[in-house]
Amino acid sequence: MTISALRAAVESVREAEAGPNGLNAFLALADPDTDSGRGAEGGSAQAGEDGDGGRVLAGVTVALKDNLATLDLPTTCGSRLLEGYRSPFEATVVRRVREAGALIVGKTNLDEFAMGSSTENSAYGPTLNPHDRTRVPGGSSGGSAAAVAAGYVRMALGSDTGGSVRQPAALCGVVGIKPTYGRVSRYGLVAFASSLDQVGTFGRTVQDAAKLLEVVAGHDPRDATSVVAPVPGLTAALRRDPEGVVVGIPDEFFPETLDSAIRVATDRAVSALRDAGCEVRSVSLPHSHLAIPCYYVLAPAEASSNLARYDGVRYGLRARGRDIVEMYERTRHHFGPEVKRRIIIGTYALSAGYHDQYYGAAQKARALIAGDFRRVFAGGVDVLFTPATPGPAFPIGERVDDPLSMYLSDVFTVTANLAGVPGMSVPIGKVRGLPVGGQILAPWWHEERMVALAALLERGLVGVDT
Amino acid sequence: MTWQPVIGLEIHVQLRTGRKLFCGDRAVFGEEPNTNVCPVCLGLPGALPTLDRDAARLALRTALALDCAVHETSVWARKNYFYPDLPKGYQITQLDRPLATGGRVVFDGEGGETAVRIRRIHMEEDAGKSIHDRVQGATAIDLNRAGTPLVEIVTEPDLQGPGDVRAFLTTLKRILEYVDVSDCNMEEGSLRADANVSIRREGARTLGTKTEIKNVNSFSGIEKALGLEIERQMATVRAGGEVRSETLLWDDHREMLRPMRSKEESHDYRYFPDPDLPPLVVGAPEIEATRASLPELPRARAARFRDEYGLSEYDASVLTQSSPGADYFEAVARAVGDAKAAANWVMGPAQALMNERRESIDVFAVAPSSLAEIVVLVGDGTISDGVGKDVLRMVAEQGGSPRRIVAERGLAQVRDSESIAAWVSAVIDDFPDEVDRYRGGEARLLGFLVGQVMRRSEGRADPRRVNDALRSRLDG
Repeated sequence: MTISALRAAVESVREAEAGPNGLNAFLALADPDTDSGRGAEGGSAQAGEDGDGGRVLAGVTVALKDNLATLDLPTTCGSRLLEGYRSPFEATVVRRVREAGALIVGKTNLDEFAMGSSTENSAYGPTLNPHDRTRVPGGSSGGSAAAVAAGYVRMALGSDTGGSVRQPAALCGVVGIKPTYGRVSRYGLVAFASSLDQVGTFGRTVQDAAKLLEVVAGHDPRDATSVVAPVPGLTAALRRDPEGVVVGIPDEFFPETLDSAIRVATDRAVSALRDAGCEVRSVSLPHSHLAIPCYYVLAPAEASSNLARYDGVRYGLRARGRDIVEMYERTRHHFGPEVKRRIIIGTYALSAGYHDQYYGAAQKARALIAGDFRRVFAGGVDVLFTPATPGPAFPIGERVDDPLSMYLSDVFTVTANLAGVPGMSVPIGKVRGLPVGGQILAPWWHEERMVALAALLERGLVGVDT
Repeated sequence: MTWQPVIGLEIHVQLRTGRKLFCGDRAVFGEEPNTNVCPVCLGLPGALPTLDRDAARLALRTALALDCAVHETSVWARKNYFYPDLPKGYQITQLDRPLATGGRVVFDGEGGETAVRIRRIHMEEDAGKSIHDRVQGATAIDLNRAGTPLVEIVTEPDLQGPGDVRAFLTTLKRILEYVDVSDCNMEEGSLRADANVSIRREGARTLGTKTEIKNVNSFSGIEKALGLEIERQMATVRAGGEVRSETLLWDDHREMLRPMRSKEESHDYRYFPDPDLPPLVVGAPEIEATRASLPELPRARAARFRDEYGLSEYDASVLTQSSPGADYFEAVARAVGDAKAAANWVMGPAQALMNERRESIDVFAVAPSSLAEIVVLVGDGTISDGVGKDVLRMVAEQGGSPRRIVAERGLAQVRDSESIAAWVSAVIDDFPDEVDRYRGGEARLLGFLVGQVMRRSEGRADPRRVNDALRSRLDG
């Protein structure tokens, strides 16, 4: 019965993607004949019988961003260098999703090695936004966001290094959660910037995204940065009374230049929070202007090292060369332009003579940004509310030749990665028919606070259009 | 004008955990290529390192044994460079904040007792191996070694010649074996030393331009390589030239140094803290507990052997070569109560038998208690020295207690004067000519006659008593 459930899910996605409204959301779909033996099916029969908590995702369709290592399906990271690459091990989060009984439908498109904000940097073509196929779905987890928004799957996993879950969630009108750094294992998440990467979840509802996070969260001995700490009950927090919750509104996230429609939508969300009994307070995160320059030094620096392993020696694409150096050069020539740009920036930022000026300075800025959050939360603020993005989904091709404007689409999300705090995006309405996301940020290890607030907004604001 | 060499060393020591530093795979020398590997040490996409705390414990022992200050927090760093046998494109090591700094090792150098300061000790993972002669026209990569745990020990430039370097390394190796952190096998690469060498005028304060010698895999190799390089530097300077800073590779077969191509050494390693690993934290209680658990080190032990057992400097040094050897000696000495006799037996007959049987002392077939029994039997005259050696061999070959072997085979010396007098009379009767010649002044024939008595007694007669008896009969 469930085998046919997976088959039905995969077939319907295949059909939709092949049709006139296809989104190019998937890079690979599960083969219901061969992939079924890996566990999802094995236990779902039991779940059907008793519906117990051990198999909380029994029968639920889930998509995985293609930078999560899987045994059955290739793991390409949207790159030519890993075309057809099959991992001999699977990511801890994938195992947990599988063991929870989910139906893993396929691997979703992404910007190459998760570097980008539009999914246009995939070597396998861009993903389209289901709300407007001429626009981007955001990125880098654009395939996962689009798959959930289009109803291909109920939930999806992504990864968020500078906003790669929250920004596409906002642009596609779904819920996206980036947990506290260390909350979810990175084992099997192909590294982009290790000190910033965190696996995140997508759902059409707050409850779905929270439920998936409950499944994947928790300590993993294979990831030395994953933390031994109790995972708060997230779905249990959904109905929490908002009375007296202090919501900070950071001035720096509402600049003069903010898209006026975004401002209207966020103002309305803030009013809704106030009406529900929250105490809304203006706060300051004074070092936020350092976030983008800081991020675009640190993330490329770590990436330049993390991507050194794609050298053609052991796996993946290998180009021929007369000697080893030429082999390296020709192999690595197959990275896309954005990946090359970041490797070059990162290599430069770490090189002798520039290390202190760039990498060293960025580390100092990072500490200041984290200090801002610490101060605000220590001052009695429970959560922060901001716009998730400076504007709604932009047209495909608009920013591909303008890296700086592309980088600025993450201006509201990167601070959370730099500080390590959890953040999430929740739909707060539409602008000109396009979804708008509000961002909620919480103190370290308090995902339940933002989930509770997001559920409140979800109840109050669903279907609101500007 | 006299020139003085100045040498500092960088020594890599493999820690004998038997496991890799960040993935727990087997790390054993000489297995089939690429069999001891996993996603982590292959650097597969998505794999992450986790520290093997046992390696950190051995590194801590190393640091304390070399008298270093251990830092409670040390930080992992990535050293980035491209090389086919470096799977991740970076090596995980420690840079700005190493495990330990500021140690000291005392050894007997060419100019007597010498101290070498240890600048730092840090942990790191080893790379794989590039094999150039296995596949025709290609380089093969073996990643069995990739990720093996190492400590790097960096000395100050306190060594003054190749002989000093050899003596220092011998001492260092002995210390590391004592504290049981490495098997220190240079041929298998578990101890590797690179040297920085320069020369300066005797008495000068500033250092000359140094060159670095790499790729040496034996103590004699490093001694030869340094000798050649010092000569070369001196010849260069005497000819009015200047020493250029460069890296030299030692060719063990041709016994010569060749400069590394400048391309090979122009690395910018772009170090930064490894975001995958939290800092290594070693608390004060762990440091103190480890310090307390260290065995007595060779130099201290040799000094105690001299004081406590009255051994000569030479004997004390020989007996403290290895920790199990010193333990063996002490066990024998305590049981016998005569340290000098114990020392002679351990260094003499026991060592000879071990050499013959190709056994090291920690697996020697004769237990210290058995050897002690033999030494006591010889000491109190129950058996002769020669019979003692025979019994030693019997114990090694067949096992059993020396006392029982002596009893069962009737090997005890015969000392009663009646038996001895009877054998003496018989020999005097049998060799009248020799007796006459002895009495005529050929004193050396006494030895011959003693030998004949011993023979007649089947070796059991107490030779001293035989000697006395013969003389009283012949001289009297």
